[in-house]
Formats: sequence, structure tokens, C-alpha cells
Amino acid sequence: MALPALLVFVAFAVVPLVGVLLLSFTSWDGIGVIRPAGFASWRSVLTDPGLPHALWVTFVVMALSWAVQTPLSLLLGVFLAGHQRYREFLAVLFVIPLLLSSAAIAITYKALLDPNFGLGAGLHLPLLTQDWLGEPTLAMAVIIFVVSWQYIPFHTLIYQGAVRQIPRSMYEAAMLDGAGRVRMFFSITLPQLKYTIITSSTLMVVGSLVFFDLIFVLTEGGPGDATRVLALDMYKVGFQANLMGQASGIAVILVVLGLGLALLLRRIGGGGSSASQLEGL
Amino acid sequence: MDSRTLSRRHFLGLVAGTSAGVALAGCGSSGPSDKGSGGGGGGTAAGAASYWFLTVNPGEQIRQDSVDRFNQANPNTKIKVTKFANDAYKTKIKTAIGAGQAPTIIWGWGGGGLRSYVQASQVEDLTSWFAENAAVKDRLFPSSFGAATIDGKIYAMPAETVQPIVLYWNKKVFDKVGVEPPQSWGDIMSLVPKFNDAGVAPISLGGQSRWTNMMWLEFLFDRIGGPEVFQAVFDGEKDAWSNPVSIEGLTKAQELIKANGFIKGFSSITADSNADQALLYTGKAAMMLHGTWTYGSMSEQGGDFVSGGNLGWMNFPPVEGGKGDPTNTVGNPGQYYSISSKATDAEKETAKKFFATAVLSDAEVKEWLDAGAVPIVRGADAQLGSSKDTEFLKFVYGIASNAKVFAQSWDQALSPTAAEKLLDNIAKLFQLSITPQQFANNMNQVIGQ
Repeated sequence: MALPALLVFVAFAVVPLVGVLLLSFTSWDGIGVIRPAGFASWRSVLTDPGLPHALWVTFVVMALSWAVQTPLSLLLGVFLAGHQRYREFLAVLFVIPLLLSSAAIAITYKALLDPNFGLGAGLHLPLLTQDWLGEPTLAMAVIIFVVSWQYIPFHTLIYQGAVRQIPRSMYEAAMLDGAGRVRMFFSITLPQLKYTIITSSTLMVVGSLVFFDLIFVLTEGGPGDATRVLALDMYKVGFQANLMGQASGIAVILVVLGLGLALLLRRIGGGGSSASQLEGL
Repeated sequence: MDSRTLSRRHFLGLVAGTSAGVALAGCGSSGPSDKGSGGGGGGTAAGAASYWFLTVNPGEQIRQDSVDRFNQANPNTKIKVTKFANDAYKTKIKTAIGAGQAPTIIWGWGGGGLRSYVQASQVEDLTSWFAENAAVKDRLFPSSFGAATIDGKIYAMPAETVQPIVLYWNKKVFDKVGVEPPQSWGDIMSLVPKFNDAGVAPISLGGQSRWTNMMWLEFLFDRIGGPEVFQAVFDGEKDAWSNPVSIEGLTKAQELIKANGFIKGFSSITADSNADQALLYTGKAAMMLHGTWTYGSMSEQGGDFVSGGNLGWMNFPPVEGGKGDPTNTVGNPGQYYSISSKATDAEKETAKKFFATAVLSDAEVKEWLDAGAVPIVRGADAQLGSSKDTEFLKFVYGIASNAKVFAQSWDQALSPTAAEKLLDNIAKLFQLSITPQQFANNMNQVIGQ
């Protein structure tokens, strides 16, 4: 039964991975002959001042987007877990961003935020007429905002589902003990959501390593290199500068980072012990 | 958009007016090369060639019309086209060529990109074909062959139109502010505060596209020190970017930025969206340095801006004390069609027949002229009078034929690796996050790559 899945995994994950690893020890312009180059590509990758910068930008995007998304989607998830009519209606609205492609979202925001022809200029609102994507800090803030706007609905869904899994009996017991809403949230909901938080965080953190389309369309890594994340760096080095060897090196770094982070998060979450939190149930 | 596509161009100092630097006469190789075989990417039926090119009108329609005419005349050896948007095409064609899946006819920009195909032996050497078909060659601008020529051999058929970069200005805005168009760099600098005081951005710039910023440097370098300065970089001379002229040009560019010469927020404006052109024709900016390909889109999108005679244009003015010839220009000496060396012999024959009979045929020439562009055909000036854009066409033709040096844009002339590094550093220079000296140091490291 597992064989087809394994085959697909090998063909589309393991083989390209090994290919990239091998390519990182070559020099190739993507068109001509692939020449073995030993550690030359790695040397250029690791000595390029662009790498620490791209790593830092990637980290900032990761940390900020996590910090913005987690509390918001957690609260929204808890809110939407209620069965009231209006909440179900709102839930449908909240999911809309999830239906749009990143490229479409990015193009739309880029048009809205255009300092000369965008929303601010059109409505004559000086507050909105900032150089949103032309200023390093603002551009980063816009990216975090758009990323959150796009992905919060997804994580909200995860939390909504998880909250509904929490047995009602716990809340009933707590209520008998006289606990208020806030107390119940911190003493029951949050602890019960521990694994969901880890799952959602893993998705956010690892996912933020590969943000590409959104940033590519919004800023192309600019202004200057202020929003040039690792994935974008890899694309530019590989497909614009024609340095496939170095781009493969960056790709390997990305893979290692992603795996490392995923493992770390599992560790934090109590490493694999799938002990039930629902004692007695 | 056209801007991006057509703007990726050029090559180095082609001396317009001198006969093409390429000795044509009987270059040694044997007849129409008939060696390679093996399935090409596109064509299936014997002799049915494939051809990939760019979308965006008016070029898209004109290219399609030429193919249609060819297919009608040659029903047995039809050409099948696939069209791509500019940015998608650049990645796609590279990947396809790398994978041996290239179309028979490869649409391109010549220069450094073509060189990388040549080095990988992916495109046909057309030198002997041009020698045998002198009539095809002789009717084109000699200056258009520079970017098609790698190490003395011709690897592409120059085609389509010549597109120098020119300084546009909005006459209405100049009238409103009560100033005259600049005659020198000093004039530009003194116009800047006047426009800023009047609440108009002095210069429109689509800075996120990066090559748009580069155009300013290309002209500054040329006007201050002549084409030799960049030629030294191109020739791989050590520390060529540290030339005092280069430092002066970079410094002048930063002075203009610091004086708020460019529109606020220029680094988030893309040329692909044509927003930079919109700024000019809506009167939010007074000047714009851009390729002549923007004329067509400004007349199309700018309402009566162009037809009402509000668009002014000129060659880039001289810089005080500069050595460069003010007739010099930079831009696209043409577009370039190559033939994949992986195509079958029959496919190659079809492609060559297409080059000889359909590319820049009289009908195509007329279509380009009607679109406000100057095809790279000698004597096209005789037909300029019949177009509604006569004045502009004559201006472009004049620049192209009088330029002492018609240089290809830097990013097209250099190898893709060096070009990417260059654009990266230009973005930082315009962001004022590096100094001219740091720029020179960064760029010296990739000289010759």
C-alpha cells in the first residue's frame, strides 16, 4: 500500500534533492556542459555577503510572520469554533483569501499600494500614500501583512477544527468550578491546543522559508536587497545570473534549514511522544 | 511589457555607419550547414519549424502576421508559433535550450545571452549563409549586426526595429512651470528644484526594474568619458569600474537622487506595469529617460497626449566638460532571431527561408512603421513620411543613423552572470545604500565573468 506513495516521494523529492546536492559541486550555466567544480560553488556561496543578509531577511520574515499569524489565527479559530449562525457566515468570508493565488494577491496589493496610482492617491488619503514598497522597513511590513492576510485563514481553520475537538465535558467541569472565560481559555483551550500550535507553527515556519511568489511579485527582493529572502536569492542566482551550481548550494542550505527547523519544533513539542492530553477520555 | 522585453537589448559599441565589423565575404565554412540532426523541440512534420516569441502588441501581431504570410506561401513547411510573456520567456527559453528542447527559431536580444548559447554550441553559425545571401544582409542596418556577432561569426538574424533610448519630456508641464528643455546635465540639475517647487516630480523612473536606472548610468558614462569607459569593462580590463569617469558618473547619478530628481517611490515602480510612462503622460512627472518602444504604448494609453503634440523628445544632453560625443546613443540595435543547432536540417532550411523571405518583408516593414517604430531596413526613411508619427520616426531614424556609437545596453552586452551582479549593485546605488566607490569595488570583482 505504501509503495506508490514511496515511489512518488522518491521520484519527486529524493531524486531532485540528490540532484541538487550533486549540482552544488559543479559549475553549470543552465545551458552548456555541466562541469565538476569541487567546492568552488560552495566557496562562492559561503563567502558571498549576500548569504548572511538573505538568511537574516528570511529569519525576520519567519519570526515576524509567525508572531503576527499565531495569536490572530488562534483567537479567530477559537471564535469561529462556536456554532452560532453569524460565526459560520463569517467563517466563510474569512476563507476567501485562501482561495486566491499568491501571485494574484501580490499583484492586487501592488496595485493598491502604488504611491502614485494606488488606493491612497485615488482617495486622496495622505496616510495611505506612503512609499509602501520602496522603503526597506515599510516593504518588509507590507510583506508580513500580506503573508498574514493570506495565511491566517488557513491556520484559523486548523485551530477551529482543533478547538471543536476539545471535549465539552472539560469546560462543563470548569464552569462548575466557577472558572470564567479567560481562565478557561488559558487553562483548557490553550493547553489542549498545544499540538495544534506546534503543527501550525511548523507549517508557518517551514512555509516561510519558501515564500517566493509573493515577494517576487511585490518587491522582487527590493528595495535594494531589503526583502531578498533565501528562496528569492536562489532563484536570482540560478535563473537570472545563470549560476546553477551556486543556486544549488543555496537550495541545499534551504533544505537543511527547513529540516532542522521542523525537527527542532518537534523536539520542543515533546518529541514524537503522542501521549494523549485527554486524560480519562 | 514592451518596455522590458524590447529593452533587453544591446551590445557594445557598434559603430553605426561603419560597415558591419564583421567580414562577411566568404567566411570559410562550407555551404548552408547541414550537419546537426536530432529532434528539435517543436516541429514535428519534416520541415515544419517551430518559433517562440514574445507577446505584447504591436510586436506580437506583427510577428504573427509575418508567420501567417510565410505559412500561406509555404503550406508544406509551416512554422508553428508559441508566444510567451517577457519574463516567463526568459526563463523558459534558457531551460528549453539547456534541455535540448529549443524551438527551431529562437527569438532573442543578442549580446551576452547569445554568447552563452554560442558557447554551449546551441545555435547555428549563420556566417556563411549570410555570405551566400548577401542581399538579405545588405538591406539591414550594418550596425545591427554587432550584437549578433560573437567572435567574428554571425549567430543571429537581426530583425524588427531599432530602439535607442531617448529623453522624453512633457511639454505641458514644461509650459506650466515656465522652463525650457535641458541642453546639458547642468540644466537637468537646475530644473530639478523648479519642478519640485511646482509639485511635479522632475523625472519618472520605474526603478524596481533596475535596468531602468541603468539607462541613466549608460548615458552619464558615455557623455562624460565616451564609450571607451564601458568598453574597458566589457573587454575585461582589471579594475575598469574604478576609472575616474566611472566614479564621476556614479556620483552624478547619486547627486540627482539626493536632489530628489526622481519621483518619490521610484524604487517600487516597475517598468513592466508602464506606470513610469503613465506618470509622464498624466503630468505627474516632467521627464523620462526610456527606450523608443514606449512611444507606441504612450500613444495607445495616454489618450491624446501624444497625438496632441504634448510629448517632447531629445537625445540625452551632454555633460559639461565631458568627452563623449553627444550623438552617441544606447539601446536596442535590433532584435535577434537565431536557429537552434538541435533542429533537423529540414527545419533549419525552413527557418532560413523564413529569414530570407518573410522577416522584414515590405509588408512587415510597413506594419512596424505604422506602429511608430523604425525597422532596421536601409532606406526605411523614404517611407517615414507616410506615417502619422513621421516626426518621431524621423528623429529615431536620425539618431540611429547619425550616432557615432550605438552601444548595446550593458545588461544585454554582459554575460548573464555579470549583468545580474550589475543590476543588483545599481539597485543598491540608487537606494543610496552603497557609495560609488563600493559600487566600483563590488563590480570589479566580477569583471571578465
